[in-house]
Amino acid sequence: MLIKRTQQRSQIASRGSIAAGMAGQTNGLDRRTFLRRSGLAGGALAALGTLPLGSVRTAKAAAAGPLTSGATVRKSICTHCSVGCTVTAEVLNGVWIGQEPSWESPINRGSHCAKGASVRELVHSERRLRYPMKLVGGQWTRVSWDTAINEIGDKLLEIRQKSGPDSVYWLGSAKMTNEGSYLFRKLGAFWGTNNTDHQARICHSTTVTGVANTWGYGAMTNSFNDIRNAKTQIIMGGNPAEAHPVSLQHLLEGKELQKANFVVIDPRLTRTAAHATEYVRMRPGADIPVLYGMMWHILQNGWEDKEFIKQRVYGFDDLRKEVEKWNPEEVERVSGVPGEQLKRVAKMLATEKPATLIWAMGQTQKTVGTANVRASCIALLLTGNVGAPGTGANIFRGHDNVQGATDVGLDIVTLPFYYGLAEGAWKHWARVWEVDYEFLQSRFDSKQIMETPGIPLTRWFEAVTLPREQVAQKDNVRAVFVQGHASNSITRIPESLKGLKALELLVIADPHPTTWASLAVEAGRRDGLYILPVATQFECKGSRVASNRSLQWGEQIVKPVFESKDDLEVTYLMAKKFGFADKMFKNIKVENDVPEAEDILREMNRGSWSTGYCGQSPERLKAHMKNQAKFDFLSMRAPKDDPEVGGDYYGLPWPCWGKPEVRHPGTPLLYNTNLHVMDGGGTFRPRFGLEREEKLPDGTTRKVSLLADGSYSKGSAIQDGYPEFTLASLKKLGWDTDLTAEEMATINRVNPANPDAVSWSLDLSGGIQRVALMHGCVPYGNGKARMNAFGLPDPIPVHREPIYTPRVDLVSKYPTLPDAKQFRMPNIGFSVQKAAVERGIAKQFPLVLSSGRLVEYEGGGEETRTNPWLAELQQDMFIEINPGDAADRGIKDGGWVWVTGAESNSRARMKALVTERVGKGVAWMPFHFGGWYAGQDLRGNYPKGTDPIVLGESANTITTYGYDPATGMQEPKVTLCQIAAA
Amino acid sequence: MARMKFLCDADRCIECNACVTACKNEHEVPWGINRRRVVTINDGKPGERSVSMACMHCTDAPCAAVCPVNCIYTTADGVVLHSKDLCIGCGYCFYACPFGAPQYPKVGNFGSRGKMDKCTYCAGGPEADGSREEYEKYGANRLAEGKLPLCAEMCSTKSLLAGDGEIIAQIYKERVMKRGYGSGAWGWKTAYRETIES
Repeated sequence: MLIKRTQQRSQIASRGSIAAGMAGQTNGLDRRTFLRRSGLAGGALAALGTLPLGSVRTAKAAAAGPLTSGATVRKSICTHCSVGCTVTAEVLNGVWIGQEPSWESPINRGSHCAKGASVRELVHSERRLRYPMKLVGGQWTRVSWDTAINEIGDKLLEIRQKSGPDSVYWLGSAKMTNEGSYLFRKLGAFWGTNNTDHQARICHSTTVTGVANTWGYGAMTNSFNDIRNAKTQIIMGGNPAEAHPVSLQHLLEGKELQKANFVVIDPRLTRTAAHATEYVRMRPGADIPVLYGMMWHILQNGWEDKEFIKQRVYGFDDLRKEVEKWNPEEVERVSGVPGEQLKRVAKMLATEKPATLIWAMGQTQKTVGTANVRASCIALLLTGNVGAPGTGANIFRGHDNVQGATDVGLDIVTLPFYYGLAEGAWKHWARVWEVDYEFLQSRFDSKQIMETPGIPLTRWFEAVTLPREQVAQKDNVRAVFVQGHASNSITRIPESLKGLKALELLVIADPHPTTWASLAVEAGRRDGLYILPVATQFECKGSRVASNRSLQWGEQIVKPVFESKDDLEVTYLMAKKFGFADKMFKNIKVENDVPEAEDILREMNRGSWSTGYCGQSPERLKAHMKNQAKFDFLSMRAPKDDPEVGGDYYGLPWPCWGKPEVRHPGTPLLYNTNLHVMDGGGTFRPRFGLEREEKLPDGTTRKVSLLADGSYSKGSAIQDGYPEFTLASLKKLGWDTDLTAEEMATINRVNPANPDAVSWSLDLSGGIQRVALMHGCVPYGNGKARMNAFGLPDPIPVHREPIYTPRVDLVSKYPTLPDAKQFRMPNIGFSVQKAAVERGIAKQFPLVLSSGRLVEYEGGGEETRTNPWLAELQQDMFIEINPGDAADRGIKDGGWVWVTGAESNSRARMKALVTERVGKGVAWMPFHFGGWYAGQDLRGNYPKGTDPIVLGESANTITTYGYDPATGMQEPKVTLCQIAAA
Repeated sequence: MARMKFLCDADRCIECNACVTACKNEHEVPWGINRRRVVTINDGKPGERSVSMACMHCTDAPCAAVCPVNCIYTTADGVVLHSKDLCIGCGYCFYACPFGAPQYPKVGNFGSRGKMDKCTYCAGGPEADGSREEYEKYGANRLAEGKLPLCAEMCSTKSLLAGDGEIIAQIYKERVMKRGYGSGAWGWKTAYRETIES
């Protein structure tokens, strides 16, 4: 018979051998620890003071096992989504041996999802790329780093010589740290091109553009934690239960504690919808009609927030005219949503406040993505649901640092921190980088191209294959250098194969070979392809920005494994090869070819006034990670009297104004007039002029102010709207005397000819910001948010049918925008839509095809499909099809099917998942699979031993043409397909 | 002594599978062995609910009752453990278990089974706490370090609770009272012969 454990344990303990090892170990569980581990502390459910505690585990005489004793604990941030969960790693002898819950993080409170709970495997995966390789005559061959960098560099310089700097496409990553993304963008600037992009293009570029054009900044207004304050949560175009699982901790607890409405509007009954109090099924692509349908009821019943609109909103009358067209009958005809249901939801949004609107790629990944998110913002403005706890546009970004990579300008339309590409922006960064503006200009083909947005990554292959005269730069793209981006995340894979073949050089810098490699080989490449092993983010240190704009500093958990190098080193080696490393790293310490992350952040701090990244010094960020436990779970604020982080909001969410010494606490909620700006308050940003001339019906014009009307942040010395601060405006107010002599000298250096024109965003001394803050004013001014975003393709959002729509009857009334040239490329969406209608495509391909995420995988999925703990859970690519559609086609659940697409004779073989999750006429695919193409298994195309465990067809083999005119966003969320049993 | 139990609040479970991979990570559980998994009912339909499932560490565990070599035992904490040294891989426990917890590695042709493996409540096995032998056979022993099972500790929505039965029942009751709904502590009647009144 076996002995009982307690007996046994006491026997062992009494031997004393382990007892010696347990000195200093935790003495069992105290009540606080226990409750925290049981998932309760912090929540308002913790009315547990009355609990009998006698039964709580008493101290156990036990030691930490000898297997983990002596391990060092290091903290970094999960690399799988933008929630920003802290990962706590135990490291012993340089090996990451265990993961522990991160109880102290105010964001995840110990929790993870399947991906976060398995990140340790990513680092020591046996299937990682171990050393640089190149393709020689179709064979993968090992090369040294030196050889690789030299050969790649020589080829790039040759292409530059022949075709100009714009012929090299620099594709970076939302997976890099802020420092990595920033350096990559800086490399593009020094190389002389704006063809530098990353995943934000295909996830939230439309959010950034649409939302910034509404009220100033294109980011999540509130935070995950703050959603706990909402009385109504509307999730439209997102499935956070799978895409941002840890956010559901906040959403579901908020729903419970507030007895909140939890509304999900989606074509699919998602795992998030399974928890909804109200689920609204809509036709894919009809977001604007649904939103206008809600606004129609709001206006009809006078539920709009009249005071808020009067004080803080521009363009209400223009909106009203558009909304009037969307009566319940028309909304139901276009979107399929009954009027009564929408009325119910509209009433919740407008009257059961605070209400928040949550979205992700369901709204953004469309040809009307920018208009969609604009309509969402307008719904919030109409009901006064912005700028207060529990409200807001809670935009869930995708990757762990996609917000940061966007902010640091790894983008085709701007330099770091949204300064744009105009001469003034280049001169600003030339000052920050301490290089001559003329030098930067000399790197480009022309001043004109230097100030012209680059080519969106969605179009890279067309930039290679289109006739030269259609690509508005010196020559076609000849080489792609991709560092951390999946190729199977980009639509129209059959067309991209042509680009992969035609390129002169393809460089893949990544921990895995990715589908770039397997598809390039499939496309027929035999040479001119290099793969460089780059470290995962757990092997580097640096800052990352979560969706809520909080910056978190991740430590290096282990040193880069095998021959991997981190992103910063790779960028440095390229710069060195190109001969401009000295200039580019003038103010950044470099040791053994590795630039110091802290120095890079300090350089960003010195130049990022426009976005308020100036206050987040590496020292402050590290103090936040060290003191995580001190931040309140709901407000995310630390007690004011704390010596290190007193009064700060966790992660100093941007904008964090002024120099670090100003100790601005960060801004947890954007545009919140109820707080003093030094407590994180703010106003809408006037960045579209101070007044606008409007035409009246009688032919005359009037000027309308775009500044706030009687609304201002708490404690503001100016109690009305005001423009951005410049030296001139400080003088006018008599506040220029508050500037120190040193600040004044810097302002004079910034613009010796006209110091009065130096603004809050160009003043490198931070003085103008400091003085504005002193007087309780927001440096960027106090304006109105725009319902009418003049300057955008549709200033008031207009419904436009998807390029490939099953509702051809609606195309004549709601056509897509006319063909045009955008971002150096033709956008022929209108012609494609017209041809599709004329050719009866919707008859041949009658099913709407949409795509989305699975919880187990991330992005293009090569990394997560390589992780056995995750791969085991999702072993097959599949397509969801409604039982009615399946029955019509003789398709069985789990059976193989061929999916065919509306373009390029595309086809893909996968399994059918017959489910009512999708409505009749709609099919859905996860987008994380790759490594199969048109029924072919491409496993043999990967270098030996680096193939992911699970391979499958990519959703984007079937997706089709369609690009948002304002950002170049692709359209993977609505197209057409046909499905047949295989 | 506390009586350790699991409780999955199905109104919180979102089938994110954190519990599953946390378990794999903590114990290096090989491919094909699933000490914990998430089961979804009404998948894709209104009323869809998921529950995270593993050995529930039953009161008077039926697996122990049928084991021909008496290798399954209950600790003073109420955790049901077994000895892989004694286990003969007969599979009786699999038939007795109402939760499908016991798992067996395939060790050869003809479907021969290896030694049974299942959730240990992160409490190892009969070997010395925290020893290499214990880790190799059963995985980590968190309980001995004063920690609870990692699956529950890492649960994304705090749906899966682990700890003393009375405390987690109380937490669940408070939740149900506050929010006004609850589908019951799934599996409790079978495992512990009790339900949570709310």
